[in-house]
Amino acid sequence: MTTITALPNVSAPRGQLTLRDRVADVWSMTRRNLIHISREPMQLSDVTIQPVLFTLLFIYVFGSGIPIPGGTYKDFALAGLLLLNLTTSVMGTAVGLSTDLHEGVIDRFRTLPMWRSAVLVGRSMADLLTASLCVTIVAMAGLVVGWRPTTSIPMVIGGFLIALFFSYSMSWVAACVGLNSKGPESAASFGFIVLFPLAFVSNAMVPTQGMPGWLQAVADWNPVSAVTAAARHMFGNPNPSANVSAWPMQHPVEAALIWCVVILALAAPLAAHIFRVKTVD
Amino acid sequence: MSAQFMIEAEGLTKRYGDTQALAGVDFSVPAGTILGVLGPNGAGKTTAVKILTTFATPDTGRGTVAGLDVVTQAAQVRQHIGVAAQDATLDGLLTGRQNLHLMGELGRMSRADSRVRASELLERFELTFAADRVAKGYSGGMRRRLDLAASLMTRPPVLFLDEPTTGLDPSSRVRMWEIIRELVAEGVTVLLTTQYLDEADSLADHIVVIDHGTVIAQGSPLKLKEASKGARLHVTLSEPHPDAVSALQELVDGQVQVSEEGRLLQAAVDNSPGLATTVVRALDRAGILVDNIEVRQPSLDDVFFSLTGHPAAEPETPILEGVPA
Repeated sequence: MTTITALPNVSAPRGQLTLRDRVADVWSMTRRNLIHISREPMQLSDVTIQPVLFTLLFIYVFGSGIPIPGGTYKDFALAGLLLLNLTTSVMGTAVGLSTDLHEGVIDRFRTLPMWRSAVLVGRSMADLLTASLCVTIVAMAGLVVGWRPTTSIPMVIGGFLIALFFSYSMSWVAACVGLNSKGPESAASFGFIVLFPLAFVSNAMVPTQGMPGWLQAVADWNPVSAVTAAARHMFGNPNPSANVSAWPMQHPVEAALIWCVVILALAAPLAAHIFRVKTVD
Repeated sequence: MSAQFMIEAEGLTKRYGDTQALAGVDFSVPAGTILGVLGPNGAGKTTAVKILTTFATPDTGRGTVAGLDVVTQAAQVRQHIGVAAQDATLDGLLTGRQNLHLMGELGRMSRADSRVRASELLERFELTFAADRVAKGYSGGMRRRLDLAASLMTRPPVLFLDEPTTGLDPSSRVRMWEIIRELVAEGVTVLLTTQYLDEADSLADHIVVIDHGTVIAQGSPLKLKEASKGARLHVTLSEPHPDAVSALQELVDGQVQVSEEGRLLQAAVDNSPGLATTVVRALDRAGILVDNIEVRQPSLDDVFFSLTGHPAAEPETPILEGVPA
């Protein structure tokens, strides 16, 4: 017979959580999210099946009708496909956090002496891992259909990393939306209402020069365009945006990094704030 | 730290919008005992638990758990408590065992300790057979037991159980009661909220009755029952009789209630010696045939009714009331 309780295992009241505690909590929460994915692998379809589908659809259906100055559509399209898939897949973060919040499991975490923000950071870590899977699949699909980078390996990796950084920053925006939403369904609609226009009104799949003037202005200043242009630049792929005079198109790498940092710096504290407000009454 | 009381509430108030959820609640729970917080839905029970478990902050008043202030020392309080909320708060996509491991990790247990503890609790709560199944597929009773196991992972000395048996079938309910008694026997201090009077009666050492955010009575179950002095007389007639009520009326307090198509008569009575004999004689004189006569000591239901003027909320599924008296 085992004894169910003993004296409190924490005899001396402890003060602040150490960095080690926080890292451990983030790892626990990351693993929890990865277990979720392993239980419902279809959750991953937006970073596995969708990228392959988009690659084939865009390259073979649209590609034939979109001339790219100084190159082929498939070389042009790959960076765009990367951003298109990564941007739309952050919807998963919104839906996941909204589900957590509405299923009450976060209530239990709140009774534990854990670092509460680990719920968010753990989620963002799991999302970063699925985003990496997405990047790998897009790159492989691209290589299969004939995409070829022309720069060095470090440059190509740098291009992927910028895209991942953007995806990570955007997952915090999605976290804000998910935490504020009325439920998983309304969190999902965020994808269609915000993320799809964000991904498409950009230079990701077509050069912006053909758009109506006002729309081109929006597209050229869209963070997705900056990151796409940066990735194209680093892959050494055709980048028609280089001929656009808007500052982000002239300095795509700098613009992409600024966007990522600014979005993260605004969205992460905001998400943490919303989480605190939502979980204290 | 005051080791005498493991949980103390002093003048807790909390307002949500227009609703005064708590309007000044005081109670204290000595170490190693069970406090039953009894009240209908919306009485403020859950709000009191939320404050004491650091989920919510009181507008005024003070709460301590293990001598620690629930507002200013919330983080330390969380190291001493286990909470099983009204709705089981489990991760449905993790297995039972993974849920427990997660609680152990987040509760700062070593991996080895957490593993041993999880197996021990699964065994104890008869969940070993389902340990590696996803919690989503658990039955209501299993989910509650897993939830309780999750709250016990870190061996907390203070346990908050918010309506631990609401919605459970009778056998799961009895099992849950046994578990709670065992825990207390091992020294855990328990605060239990319930709308079930028999639950409070059978488990609690001390009962606090809350209605509309205030404590309207407290004491041991026995004391509360004594407080609503007087018993209830139940007389079952062989067949309805027009003179039955008038024959009884002078022997009882207040109105005689008639039900079962005139066959069952009920009334409040003084528990005086020989009451049953007197009643039978009076009815016999009037030529009324009696099948059954019973003088019932007040149940907590009666106590609740006499304190609040309204019956305690009944569960949607008649879990308790199916047993014939």
